[in-house]
Amino acid sequence: MINNRALWKAWLLAVGVMVPWNTVNAESSSEDAIAEYRAMFGDDNPAELWLIRGKDLWQQRRGPKNADLSGCDLGRGPGVIEGAYAELPRWFADTGRVQDLETRLITCMTMLQGMAEADILAVRFGDGDNKSDLEALVAYVADASKGHAVSLPMTHSQEKAAYALGAALFYHRAGPHDYSCNTCHGENKKRIRLQAMSKLDDAKGARDAYTHWPAYRVSQGELRTMEWRLQDCYRQQRMPQLKFGSEVAIALTMFLAKNAEGGVMAAPSIKR
Amino acid sequence: MTDPMRVRATLMGDRVEVKVLMSHVMETGQRKDIDGNIVPARYIVKVAAHCNGREVLSADWGPSISKNPYLAFRFKGAAKGDKVSITWTDNAGESRSDDVAIA
Amino acid sequence: MQQLRRNFLAHAGQLGLAAVALGSGLMSRLVLADEARPPFTATVIADAWKALGYGDVKQSTEIAFKGPDIAENGAVVPVEIESRLPGTRVISILVEKNPHVMSASFTIPEGTEPFISTRVKVAESSLIHALVKTDAGAFYTTRLVKVTLGGCGG
Repeated sequence: MINNRALWKAWLLAVGVMVPWNTVNAESSSEDAIAEYRAMFGDDNPAELWLIRGKDLWQQRRGPKNADLSGCDLGRGPGVIEGAYAELPRWFADTGRVQDLETRLITCMTMLQGMAEADILAVRFGDGDNKSDLEALVAYVADASKGHAVSLPMTHSQEKAAYALGAALFYHRAGPHDYSCNTCHGENKKRIRLQAMSKLDDAKGARDAYTHWPAYRVSQGELRTMEWRLQDCYRQQRMPQLKFGSEVAIALTMFLAKNAEGGVMAAPSIKR
Repeated sequence: MTDPMRVRATLMGDRVEVKVLMSHVMETGQRKDIDGNIVPARYIVKVAAHCNGREVLSADWGPSISKNPYLAFRFKGAAKGDKVSITWTDNAGESRSDDVAIA
Repeated sequence: MQQLRRNFLAHAGQLGLAAVALGSGLMSRLVLADEARPPFTATVIADAWKALGYGDVKQSTEIAFKGPDIAENGAVVPVEIESRLPGTRVISILVEKNPHVMSASFTIPEGTEPFISTRVKVAESSLIHALVKTDAGAFYTTRLVKVTLGGCGG
């Protein structure tokens, strides 16, 4: 008899509040579940297998010139990999152009080790037993930037030009669907099926995305790099194939990296 | 040509915790390649772990263990510096062993 | 009528064989590889139990079974099993909706903890079974894992 009405009101309130709250939270709860799933991998990211291989490839004497990569300058001096990825892409004097990590590694492998660029590019994306040395080296070098803040002073005019080109490309609509990067990555809280999309012309969105590449992609069972990510986006947009190491790929990387400046590198990470 | 495993063995109290990542395609034999041909089944069928001359784990695997397999287990009766070795064998007869000293 | 039936069955049998052959040996290759391991050819849980020689399999609340509720990708689903049942000798993982339900069996010698952590492929949202053989018989528990597509990107 006590407060039957009060109890009834309270119950109604609880139920009334509960229903919309659950609906609103459905999306974030699935995101939480996915975050939980990713966290279950702990320290045991299969990317570590690429780190083992990458370290070996960096230290081994290889190629016609029988040289290791200790002379490879990734922007912080010959042989310095610590923090190097966090400062790429950048302009290099010896090649006279802005380069990302992949193209810089190709420069080193061809110049220092005498390897043929075509041979390196033939296995730029690994597949099972057909392993990519480039992907292993990218993983190894990127790992040495873990904990470092992305830093792109962009002192050189070509670096600024690369950023401007990247920005223009980000908003440029093309292809049969008239998509631009901005179509999917221009707003927060967008998603494609269950895949959340970051707003990439925004510091927070760019940081969330950029600091987590390269990554072990469980759906492929492979470690993938930024160059891979970009050409796969272009493929999904039904754009013409994005050429590996092209000015476009590097410009887009520059745009993302600069937008992500200050973000702390967490790669190699694990992704769907 | 097999690639190295990443093996970690850590002494926690009186137990050794072993965490392994193996480099293996674990091909089920149901996947098709880009030309539409079946990629032949190739997967680890047997795993064995040893320490101080005794077997501390053995396993029979099928193709539904994930690619680049992960395995963790715990055992007692070993000390820091003792060697833990892991061996896998696949259905093609390929085999790989890697070991690590307990840290 | 009988003759028609016999013909039909014979024909169906041939069709069945043809279908297996047409499957480009994908199933049969798997079966051949695992011929010596009957549990790995089982397509339903009960057959796996039988092939393992487990008579009466009872559900148990003494098997701690950790895993995700939603797996972003079914290719890699982390599972962690810890048996609190005394005398645990074998821990097996089975995935109900997989074409072949048996993923793995782990033999736990004396001195090794009845604990296993690994990652399995789950073809579609399914119950995963943690199956334990002890000195007192066989026991199991299950977890439901939802497998999503995940969309593009990321």
